[in-house]
Amino acid sequence: MYRRVLLSATAALALTGGFAAAQDEPTKVGFVFVGPIGDGGWTYEHNQARLAVEEEYGDAVETVFQESVPEGADAERVLTQMALSGADLIFTTSFGYMDPTINVAQRFPDVKFEHATGYKTAPNVSTYSARFYEGRAVQGLIAGRMTESNRIGYIASFPIPEVVRGINASYLAAKAVNPDVQFNVVWAFTWFDPAKEADAAQALIDQGADVILQHTDSTAPQAAAAEAGDVITFGQASDMAEYAPMPRVSSIIDNWAPYYIERVGDVMDGSWESQQVWYGIDEGMVKIGEISDAVPDDVREEAMALRDAISAGETHPFTGPINRQDGTEWLAEGETADDETLLGMDFYVEGLSGEIPN
Amino acid sequence: MIRLEKRPQPSAIWKTVTPLLAVILTIVAGGLMFAALGTDPVAAIRTIFWDPLFHPQYASYSRPQLLVKAGPLILIAIGLSIGFRAGIWNIGAEGQYIIGAITGAGAGLALYPSEAWWIFPMMVAAGALGGWLWAMIPAILKTHFNTNEILVSLLLVYVAENLMASMAVGALRNPEGGGFPGSRNLSQWPAASNPELIAGTGMHWGVMAAFVAVILAYVLMSRHLTGFHIQLAGQAPRAAAFAGVRPERLVVFCLGLSGALAGLAGIFEVTGPAGQLSIDFNVGYGFTAIIVAFLGRLHPAGILLAGLLMALTYIGGELASFTLGIPAAAIQSFQGMLLFFLLAVDVLTNYRIRLGRTEAAT
Repeated sequence: MYRRVLLSATAALALTGGFAAAQDEPTKVGFVFVGPIGDGGWTYEHNQARLAVEEEYGDAVETVFQESVPEGADAERVLTQMALSGADLIFTTSFGYMDPTINVAQRFPDVKFEHATGYKTAPNVSTYSARFYEGRAVQGLIAGRMTESNRIGYIASFPIPEVVRGINASYLAAKAVNPDVQFNVVWAFTWFDPAKEADAAQALIDQGADVILQHTDSTAPQAAAAEAGDVITFGQASDMAEYAPMPRVSSIIDNWAPYYIERVGDVMDGSWESQQVWYGIDEGMVKIGEISDAVPDDVREEAMALRDAISAGETHPFTGPINRQDGTEWLAEGETADDETLLGMDFYVEGLSGEIPN
Repeated sequence: MIRLEKRPQPSAIWKTVTPLLAVILTIVAGGLMFAALGTDPVAAIRTIFWDPLFHPQYASYSRPQLLVKAGPLILIAIGLSIGFRAGIWNIGAEGQYIIGAITGAGAGLALYPSEAWWIFPMMVAAGALGGWLWAMIPAILKTHFNTNEILVSLLLVYVAENLMASMAVGALRNPEGGGFPGSRNLSQWPAASNPELIAGTGMHWGVMAAFVAVILAYVLMSRHLTGFHIQLAGQAPRAAAFAGVRPERLVVFCLGLSGALAGLAGIFEVTGPAGQLSIDFNVGYGFTAIIVAFLGRLHPAGILLAGLLMALTYIGGELASFTLGIPAAAIQSFQGMLLFFLLAVDVLTNYRIRLGRTEAAT
């Protein structure tokens, strides 16, 4: 598998040896989840990957997990207890676990940690994330083609680069196929709160949106759209296929299983090293869920073509000319965004209205 | 035929026995629930109540963590219990806790990266002041406009949460944090950090403050005139009025005190165990403290024990969750049962169970 190592894998000390677990003792892998495993979105997919690890290695592996762990002092305690219980590798699957992961990793140098979506590493802490913006671009294209009111609602979670990048990527792709399109962004300040998400979706629908994009994890916006009728949505993090063919017309699926299986294997054979990876459609970490029959064939083909072009590296969702919201130039004609700017993205592109809260 | 007969006086014996009975009933009902979920109930109960204290692998870490978890619960519950005794219902300690963390952290971060010794004490004072001010909103609205302090203080929690979110992505955001929400890590800034005072004990300034609050609350309620007024106002408001108790002053005192203590808990938490102000900084201590206050019978010593028990169910619950695979929701139900049974068996304090035929009423 082609491995993309980001930002020159910070001081990736080769941890040779150090891991001589007895053959008959299973490798213990811990998972710390930010939501319940039944959230139908983010945590659900991480748990699916955990089950895939169990299936792959059978008795050679033992997995433990903890759901709904708050991002703060409690996370540090849960991580410490997991490390004390003999875990060899721990996946911490939310951005807010960054500092707790680093703190606990210092105290347990023999335990390996994998932190999702963060930017701090250590000799025994890797980070991994997915280029969801690639999927957002495909989603934006379908949204731009499908909207009749030219108003697209976007339920954003927190104003962090990850989310801002998603808004920009989908907006640029939508505008490329439909210059009249307008985005309404609602900040929910939560990753998972069905009631709040449903309210946000309803507010956007009331404002005339006939497409709802979401960066929150529950299926509540899908349900709100189903009730409203002529509104389309996309599955977030998980396929959310129970809402297909309408309102859910496609989805972005986080596919963590191959990465988790690979990393558990690395711990087993002692080849685990600290790294920073950012995988996309090409590596299979980001998948586009089946585009339903509610989408006309020509739009489906156009979307698939974009997906394939991104996967092959022929197209980059952020290709100039692109200006920032304030009109200043960001990318010149033909220029593509570098990863560092994308990882710290804190600005809207030109054409988006409203402000990023701060 | 089972009848309930009202006791002329609440039973002193039952008053002390009911919390124990509630714990036992919770263990029985919780055990049944765990069994229904396919987990060995004995193992589950042992993991929750025994392993954090005595398990050879975890206990040396879990025992001090009990204090870390119980500290803010006790500190907040002590403040709440004093108001509850007077019939003043501050339900918004969670909000005062958040505001204490914001004002305290904000006051400190304004001076970053100074290393002056007085920064931490100043932050603590600012945190207490912040919590006090936030509690003054329901207090003054009540004394001047006769609003309901339950609703006002509760709704202000949501205001505080949004204020905190805005601070975490705005004014207090770490300028070196790569655009991500959250303040600087205060525990890594020696002048502002609230570290473990003795390594391996879990004792930090917030836990010390909780113990001091327990003692002072005991003195206040049993040795001081204000304490007498508080109890009188709660038990016999008319008699209190005749005794010269001014209800407005009591409202301001009780809400202010509980707000200040919640604010203290907030600043100790943000400078210590949590380390930074983030969007998810609050984890419900302010609400759980209400349970702790009642579980502890609104008595300082009871609250101390109840806080430790509650912390035990949290930490043991986490252990049970990942070692036995019990869903997080089942652990929460288990904690909920505790309050439910406490309130349910409370009936025995005020009523006597009579078996036999109903006598015709005279």
